[in-house]
Amino acid sequence: MSHRLVLNPAACSGHGLCAGFLPELITMDEWGYPIMLADQVPDSLLSHARRAVGLCPVLALRLVKAGQR
Amino acid sequence: MVRLTAGWRETARQASLREHMDRFGPLPLRGHRRGQQQRLAETVANAGLTGRGGAGFPTGTKMRAVAAQRGGAVVLANGMESEPASSKDEALLAFAPHLVLDGAVLAAEAVGASTVHLCLSRLQPGLARQLRAAVSERAGTDQVPVKVHEVPHHYVASEETALVCWLNGGEAKPVMTPPRPAERGVRRLPTLVGNVETLAHVALIARYGPAWFRQAGLPDAPGTMLVTVSGAVSCPGVREVEVGTTVGEVLTLSGAADSSGSVLIGGYFGSWHDRGTVAQVPLTASHLRPFGGSPGAGVLIALPGTACGLAETAGVLAFLAGQGAGQCGPCTFGLPAIAEDFAQLAAGRAGEGVFARLERRLGTVRGRGACRHPDGAVRLAASALATFAADAHAHARRRPCAAARQRTPLTLPAVASADEGWR
Repeated sequence: MSHRLVLNPAACSGHGLCAGFLPELITMDEWGYPIMLADQVPDSLLSHARRAVGLCPVLALRLVKAGQR
Repeated sequence: MVRLTAGWRETARQASLREHMDRFGPLPLRGHRRGQQQRLAETVANAGLTGRGGAGFPTGTKMRAVAAQRGGAVVLANGMESEPASSKDEALLAFAPHLVLDGAVLAAEAVGASTVHLCLSRLQPGLARQLRAAVSERAGTDQVPVKVHEVPHHYVASEETALVCWLNGGEAKPVMTPPRPAERGVRRLPTLVGNVETLAHVALIARYGPAWFRQAGLPDAPGTMLVTVSGAVSCPGVREVEVGTTVGEVLTLSGAADSSGSVLIGGYFGSWHDRGTVAQVPLTASHLRPFGGSPGAGVLIALPGTACGLAETAGVLAFLAGQGAGQCGPCTFGLPAIAEDFAQLAAGRAGEGVFARLERRLGTVRGRGACRHPDGAVRLAASALATFAADAHAHARRRPCAAARQRTPLTLPAVASADEGWR
């Protein structure tokens, strides 16, 4: 595992596309905002994670290499 | 112990530049120029000074980080004091502005900053006028210009990234880090953000040295600190105490009648504690940590045993819920939901299910904002449920105490009007 999904909470407006696409790693709180379920992205889900990042209409999600910020 | 507060009680007014120099000696500019062997950052690190704005970060380390970077830098003196239960910064700026300005200017020289920005709340125009007058008194003596700013008054506007944003022409709302201001801040320059009290201590450490600073306080928490005490005490207000003074001693100094009841330590985003439990505990981060508390900016609010801690907490949570920047969903929606749960609980209108709901919501909201505002509210709420557990269960069984209907000890501030704006 070498990547993390990082959310910018100030940019996020709760569209929910990320959680809809990647329920293994992202769920939603009762107000429709994403909660990251795991610290790292398993390699098997890496391409899905990249898609989820691209789906966000406000670019609130980023994929970073573990160890970067 | 009297260091920062020297002369306050005697004169009861602002010290002029002349009085300031007579009292403390001249500004020690030589020996602290960037590039010289003995740098102020090392001196401050040796003194063991930690930030007095609430986070308690080692000041010398911060100064080293900014000084180490190439190119220019900026010093931002934070005098916003948006914590309603704190008035130490206001008192320091009003009585000893030149201590703060000395510290800011010395820090600027040491980190290679070309400007000092002093940020004050827009709701304090008198204080801003006083500080501009103090800056004029020093005209020609300071190596860097000092600009006094009046920033929109919101609870989260005093957060360091919010102030940097505002100085850069944006809104006074926190942004996600990294980068921290020490790496990239005002005009994209490394920015040293320091609470005004911290800078006042820097001004004295630069004059008298680390050994002098360490003559007060504890080995791992040296020096003195300003505290603000309010609530059920006969002599509320700002005092200077040695770091390591216990919670009980600080309350006694402020005229607390007995040792019953509870105390809110750290301010509105702090935590509630039974007074008997913490009476002997020094008011330091390391000593309070095992109790789940932190001194914050040295704020204590005493609640008598006859008051209702749940009702007081409900009031503060409602205030905090309205003070977010409105940027992050979990804070914008979560804090009002938690505040409403507490209001129902305090009024005796919640059922036993409120505890599971609160536990879930507190866990959901914590850590999911761009700043620590939601975390502070969560800490306050969780500590209230623990410290007032017996009351909470009585309230949930629809038996609220009589005190719940008459809130008095915590005076909530007038909330900025809707058109206060963020710019």
